[in-house]
Amino acid sequence: MRGQSLGQIMQKLGPVIGLLAIVIVLSIMSPQFLSLDNLLTMLRQVTIIALLAFGMTFVILTGGIDLSVGSTLALAGALTAGMMASGIDPILAVLLGVLAGAVMGAFNGVIIAKGKVAPFIATLATMTIFRGLTLVYTDGRPVTGFTDSQAFDLIGRGYLFGIPIPVIMMFVIFFILLLILKKTVFGRHVYAIGGNEEASILSGIKVNRVKIGVYSLTGALAALAGIILTSRLGSASPNAGFTYELDAIAAVVLGGTSLAGGRGWIFGTLIGALIIGVLNNGLNLLGVSSNYQQIVKGAVILLAVLLDRQKSS
Amino acid sequence: MSQQTLIEMKGISKSFVGNKVLNEVNFEIRASEVHALLGENGAGKSTLMKILTGIYERDEGEVFVKGDPVHFQNTKDSEEAGIAVIHQELNIIPYLTVMENMFLGREIKFGKTGFLNTKKMIQLTKEYLGQLGVEIDPLVNAGNLSVGQQQMVEIAKALSVNAEVIVMDEPTAALTDREIERLFEVIERLREQGVGIVYISHRMEEIFKICNRVSVLRDGEYIGTRVIGEVEYDELISMLVGRELGTLFPERDVDVGDVRLKVEGLTSDVFRNINFEVKQGEILGVAGLMGAGRSEIMQALFGYREIESGNIFIDGKKAKIKKPIDAIKSGIGFVTEDRKEEGLVLSMSVRENFTLPNLDDVSKQTVISSQKENEFVDDMVGRFNVKTSGREQEVKSLSGGNQQKIVIGKWLGINPKILILDEPTRGVDVGAKKEIYQIMNELTAQGVSIIMISSELPEVLGMSDRILVIHEGQIGGELNRDEADQEKIMYAATGGE
Repeated sequence: MRGQSLGQIMQKLGPVIGLLAIVIVLSIMSPQFLSLDNLLTMLRQVTIIALLAFGMTFVILTGGIDLSVGSTLALAGALTAGMMASGIDPILAVLLGVLAGAVMGAFNGVIIAKGKVAPFIATLATMTIFRGLTLVYTDGRPVTGFTDSQAFDLIGRGYLFGIPIPVIMMFVIFFILLLILKKTVFGRHVYAIGGNEEASILSGIKVNRVKIGVYSLTGALAALAGIILTSRLGSASPNAGFTYELDAIAAVVLGGTSLAGGRGWIFGTLIGALIIGVLNNGLNLLGVSSNYQQIVKGAVILLAVLLDRQKSS
Repeated sequence: MSQQTLIEMKGISKSFVGNKVLNEVNFEIRASEVHALLGENGAGKSTLMKILTGIYERDEGEVFVKGDPVHFQNTKDSEEAGIAVIHQELNIIPYLTVMENMFLGREIKFGKTGFLNTKKMIQLTKEYLGQLGVEIDPLVNAGNLSVGQQQMVEIAKALSVNAEVIVMDEPTAALTDREIERLFEVIERLREQGVGIVYISHRMEEIFKICNRVSVLRDGEYIGTRVIGEVEYDELISMLVGRELGTLFPERDVDVGDVRLKVEGLTSDVFRNINFEVKQGEILGVAGLMGAGRSEIMQALFGYREIESGNIFIDGKKAKIKKPIDAIKSGIGFVTEDRKEEGLVLSMSVRENFTLPNLDDVSKQTVISSQKENEFVDDMVGRFNVKTSGREQEVKSLSGGNQQKIVIGKWLGINPKILILDEPTRGVDVGAKKEIYQIMNELTAQGVSIIMISSELPEVLGMSDRILVIHEGQIGGELNRDEADQEKIMYAATGGE
């Protein structure tokens, strides 16, 4: 953190301190919370939101938003299940499923970049369209019994050295994305566009191309999340991922990324996703009803954002 | 002169991050007076006015309103004391009507009901506009008015809050000749009504025409106050400039080479039939009034504005420039007029801004090499003498001059053949100005061609090898360094009237 002021460091440490505080409180209130088993379960649950939130971080850094990730998750999950049910090799089906997600994201990107539609409106529309397509494709019923492939089962349920495979995938993807943001030209352009789009265009950055890339990446990650969920549950529900986009946005914001774009980091998003996961898990352990859980989650988000305001003002 | 003194500012000093921008400045405004505040960019005029209106807090000095000491904390305080400002950027909400704009935030209601008394507001709007002798429909959307009319609405608004002092910041900058005449009539009317007007401008002819007194600031120092009619033009100029041009502008001793850029018949919706050439190592100054189309021509050259027809040749070859990236690939760099909106990414560091247009050069494939990037940035920071706490400092917290050095420096990474500078020293202090001029000289010595748009005539005269004057979207004249002077430029810029 060379060359950064104390304020900036505090800004960055904020989410971590918040996460630790919640973990400490929960571990005091519920002895099972810190058990290895529970922690691994919790991490596995976090995977889905984390993957959506990673993509969302890129989108929000460019100054955009993607409300369609929950629907993309459902459509890609259903398509993958459907392809396997019609006899396509599971590995090929998974690749095609991720590709389908990327195409859905690219569609968002083209509407936003070339069509100059506000990201909120564009992805609000495609959220409905992708959900509708899922319902049409599945006829409104979950797709089940599509494969007995062990390889496919491993994606959502497997373990490697005692760690759930989805969790490993999450961390590997996290490190790749971290490197992309910090070390590549593409990553730098993502920040620049969110910081000042005019200046970026005038500096010769291919803004449209970067935006389309960002939404495609987000779509692909949402699809992967959908495939993991499908594998874990052994079924692709047309209602999968409903309102997950909100959890993903919450994770990004909790992590300290500015909704105005240009400022933020993906490590914060990982922490933000963990905060949401820890809260869900801990409140379940404590036997808090899901109705109350929503109130607590909302309150935590508000509190986090208000604290952030205080620091930056 | 026995008019009442409305405002007196005494010994005002102000520093920003250790940089003294005002040093014991005095200023006084009387009733029924148009008092010009004259100074070059960066002389401290706007800072002084921001202290007067409570936007900035003074470090030292005193302010009196009609003899009472005051200490404004914000613009609301100063408004209540009867001070209104007509900013260069008008505070008009385009989708609201003239009447709604006039009464924004202090709407007239029926008692305390919350229902708007529209009839009354329309009537008052008409009255205040009538006082200025202008006729504008109170129910028309303000966005549909000309800039001149919008300005009238703002002045009427100032009257409606009983302003006794009205500060006008470069009020004629965006006006047509006829609108300027109308504004002068209004100013005269206000003066007769006892209003004190602070007139900020660096158009000498205007100051001699409508002002009663003039105070001059230079580099944050108060130089003096003179009565118009008792001061000679030349005296005012030397108060304003205060130094020989030679000390600010470095000696130009560059051999110009072959034609590097040739523009033929460039035409768009705001300019037409633009032809000019720039040679290797040459500085082409581009002068003209604000709104003449100077920036627009350069934006088109850079692929940031559509053209209807015309050709661009670089080193004799036709260049296809549709987007900024095409221009950059052809070796053109563009330092835009508005560095905060178009030049810098304020949320990014010195390092990240420096390498924005040439990231590929400090990267292997697509991965940025920290070492190469840092070397480039350190080289630039040294070469441009950027005063920064380090390459990770956010550019937001740098001074205008240092920000400007970064906006120029970031283009050196692409090894430009042609560098377009749009108002390169606007809002930059004299020290940084001089450094920027030296850099321009160094670059041209290396064969870079520079096109410099500037509204400061001394700068145009001091730095250019040739001067192109734009008048209403067309070339109004072309002058060589030896033959050019302020009058000839102004003559061409105003269409030779």
